[in-house]
Amino acid sequence: MKVSMTVNGKATERDVEPRMLLVHFLRDELGLTGANIGCDTTQCGSCTIHLNGTAVKSCTVLAVQADGTSITTIEGLAQNGNLHPMQQAFWDKHGLQCGFCTPGMIMAATKLAAGNPHLTDEEIRHGLEGNLCRCTGYENIVRAVKAGAQAMAGGD
Amino acid sequence: MGNYKGKSMKRVEDPRFIQGKGRYVANLSIPGMVHVAIKRSPYAHATINSVDTAAAAALPGVVAVYTGSDFSNVGGLPCGFTPPGIKTPAHPVVAVSKVRHVGDPVAVVVAENAYIAHDAVDLIEVDYTPLPAIVDAKGAMDTGAPLVHDDVPDNCSFHWPLGDKDATAQAIASADHVVEMELINQRLIPNAMEPRACVAQWDSFMENMTVWTTSQNPHTIRLLLGAFTLQIPEHKLRVISPDVGGGFGSKIFHYAEEVIVPWVARAVNRPAKWVSTRSEASITDAHGRDHVTHAKLGLKKDGTITGLYVTTWANMGAYLSTFAPLIPTALYITLLSGLYKIPVIFGETYGTMTNTVPVDAYRGAGRPEASYVLERLLDIAAQDLKMDPVELRRKNLIPPNEFPYQTPVALQYDSGNYPALFDKIEQLADYKGMRKEQEKARKDGRLVGVGFSSCIEASGPAPSAVAVGLGAGIGLFESGVIRVHPTGKVTVLTGSHAHGQGHETTFAQIVADELGVPMEDVEIIHGDTERTPYGVGTYGSRSAAIGGSALVKSAEKIRHKLTLLAAHLLEADPADIVYDQNSGKVHVKGAPDRAKAFGELSFALTTADKLPPGMEAGLEETSFYDPANFTFPNSAHVAQVEIDRDTGEVTIQKYAAVDDVGKVINPLIVEGQIVGGIVQGVGQALWEHGVYDENGQLLTATMLDYAMPRADRFPTIQVDRNETPSPHNPLGVKGAGEMGTIAGTTTIVSAVMDALAPLGIRHLEMPLTAEKIHNAIKAATSNGGGN
Repeated sequence: MKVSMTVNGKATERDVEPRMLLVHFLRDELGLTGANIGCDTTQCGSCTIHLNGTAVKSCTVLAVQADGTSITTIEGLAQNGNLHPMQQAFWDKHGLQCGFCTPGMIMAATKLAAGNPHLTDEEIRHGLEGNLCRCTGYENIVRAVKAGAQAMAGGD
Repeated sequence: MGNYKGKSMKRVEDPRFIQGKGRYVANLSIPGMVHVAIKRSPYAHATINSVDTAAAAALPGVVAVYTGSDFSNVGGLPCGFTPPGIKTPAHPVVAVSKVRHVGDPVAVVVAENAYIAHDAVDLIEVDYTPLPAIVDAKGAMDTGAPLVHDDVPDNCSFHWPLGDKDATAQAIASADHVVEMELINQRLIPNAMEPRACVAQWDSFMENMTVWTTSQNPHTIRLLLGAFTLQIPEHKLRVISPDVGGGFGSKIFHYAEEVIVPWVARAVNRPAKWVSTRSEASITDAHGRDHVTHAKLGLKKDGTITGLYVTTWANMGAYLSTFAPLIPTALYITLLSGLYKIPVIFGETYGTMTNTVPVDAYRGAGRPEASYVLERLLDIAAQDLKMDPVELRRKNLIPPNEFPYQTPVALQYDSGNYPALFDKIEQLADYKGMRKEQEKARKDGRLVGVGFSSCIEASGPAPSAVAVGLGAGIGLFESGVIRVHPTGKVTVLTGSHAHGQGHETTFAQIVADELGVPMEDVEIIHGDTERTPYGVGTYGSRSAAIGGSALVKSAEKIRHKLTLLAAHLLEADPADIVYDQNSGKVHVKGAPDRAKAFGELSFALTTADKLPPGMEAGLEETSFYDPANFTFPNSAHVAQVEIDRDTGEVTIQKYAAVDDVGKVINPLIVEGQIVGGIVQGVGQALWEHGVYDENGQLLTATMLDYAMPRADRFPTIQVDRNETPSPHNPLGVKGAGEMGTIAGTTTIVSAVMDALAPLGIRHLEMPLTAEKIHNAIKAATSNGGGN
């Protein structure tokens, strides 16, 4: 089946099997390997991307369902060589160790923080319960999201 | 001295990760690459009557299908730790006549893409005769239990005793009070976020094989591939572990897929790739823990410990994984002394074979199991003797003036100040305040518990002579090369391997300080057997202590050479030359202007026209550092929990940790390791459990069923340090990777059991789920228990 979508601002068209998952489409067809695959039951959130402005787990969407949509992946977050404030915050606050969950965490966090510059710890922890991290114990991720949310609102 | 050590430098590896440019094996794609999928046994124990691959082979897009007999030219997966008397059953890469656990490989499909490969796996028909299965560590040795391997009678692979048995039995018999209990340290599934993956490329002209694999120790994998399994000569093998998405021990071991994928690449003469799914990981990655223990602790009336007697049945699973027998023996029994003076200890472990996934090192590896046994016994002893659990422990601490301290179970602790550690945690956590709060809460009928644990760890394995003497197949030194380029820029090659620990930052801090150059001039290379010298890799919190020390040794050689060179160029006596490690300037003592900059000297070794007699050109030094001893990180952690009386749900209200990991190179990274470790340890205490039913079916094979710690279950964790440098390595470091996990488990169990104590509930096995606690509360209150 033919699918066309805008990925990181670029129009893309491909012929794919109807069963192909969006995450495989991004990784294998477009070479955008930033979204990682950490599970097969939609638990881990490592593959989180933005689809029409909403954070979704790209392992749970078929590529054909994304036909006509606009998608941003972690590779499309930095603009003109400048890190997105949430990326910068993850770096500043040591919000990652092995880095495997990080693209999904950052993509989920940017949506959580959008329009919410003063997130509380509880809101962040609750908002990220669909993203698993085995390394950090989440604490520095919470710090990073807090700082990133403020920075996104221009409050750094 | 220096500009970087001790500072919280931001990690230099992060920019690639935060932009989605991590170089994980699953991201690798090579033109012409085929995809491998593996047919696995759905039975825990069965004979294979036939494997019909016709329909799979006929599927368009399938390149080849192989069964066990096709792999007759590869060796079985070896066990690399074999103490005397051990029985090591054969471990075929692909099963031929029998399967011994759910997940055992039976056939291999090679196809043009992964979707087709998985379709074809479903078309393979295997005719099995199911056999009775055994899953229980202790039950495996019962008379009449199904035999996992014909050549391992009683399913007992080894019995490993240590300590004075008679004296310990005598001490227990004559003790004023004895705490005796059965404890289960449940099976865990490591679940690093990155599932394992392997890519291989065969160069048929040069007969070279390159293997990319998710490993914590690529040189060990190359050694085992070369000498045991694939049997391609080691110098024709290159193993690369690029960015690895967490390991926690599970990526130390040599797995079947690391043999299958390169074997396929050579057989079909195309690059080949296999990526594990999470469900597949659950039934193939080595699991952790799984002990059944019977323990007795003898005490005097005043709380003084007189002896400890421990018998453990450790589940090894269906085959002996690479280092499996090491974990419940030399990394477990030897740690049973904890932070305490215990006059006599006897410990013994039976390593048993079962129809389950092999069990091997998982973060902490033996040491969490030891701390759990000891700390549970001490908590119950405190209850029995009506003492505060902290006071009971304080009474038995090894005094600071007795280091190095020889325990009755072989180890000699290097350094520590345990009373200071206790002072610090009591203050940080406001332990006495917590107890007051608890008293008030109890009066209000609330179930509030305060948990305390103090743990020891033997890190930085290990002196090679000790390791090999105990049964290890390789020495456990580490390599480090410092290569200074003509312009003074520095490449560092290390045998350590980072999979989240931040070595590219920490090691750059070390080398920059040792040489007096800017950190940005230093690049760390790891994880590629063709680029780095033979190295041992990263586990057991060994990288800073051993890999870091190797770099210090190489830096000393660099400084020595530059000192001699500067003396020659400055026409001074080498004894009058000062190497300024802040600036990298080498100058005459008392005359800082008579100096040569680091870059001038490195370039002088490139022009090589004015060298002192006998000095070789070039500036590159190699060291292989073998430690004199383990290091002994230690900790005291406190937690406060509240249990919902109606649901049994545990809420962690406070958690505070004081750790002694020796000198700290990067506090940001060390605190990250400790907090991450604590959360992983709490996972075991409250939620995580790899559950097998009696038929050997794993009931928790997905992340839907296996409860991983999530962000919303934790408060902010307070951490502090009680630094006592290790006296026997040049950095004074001890290792920070595992203590959190060791202490996190025992501390939370201690807190939950403390909360339940007023109901007369003495002990519950982990994980302390809401359901289990709810049922225990119900049973205790309906029996008229409680205060």
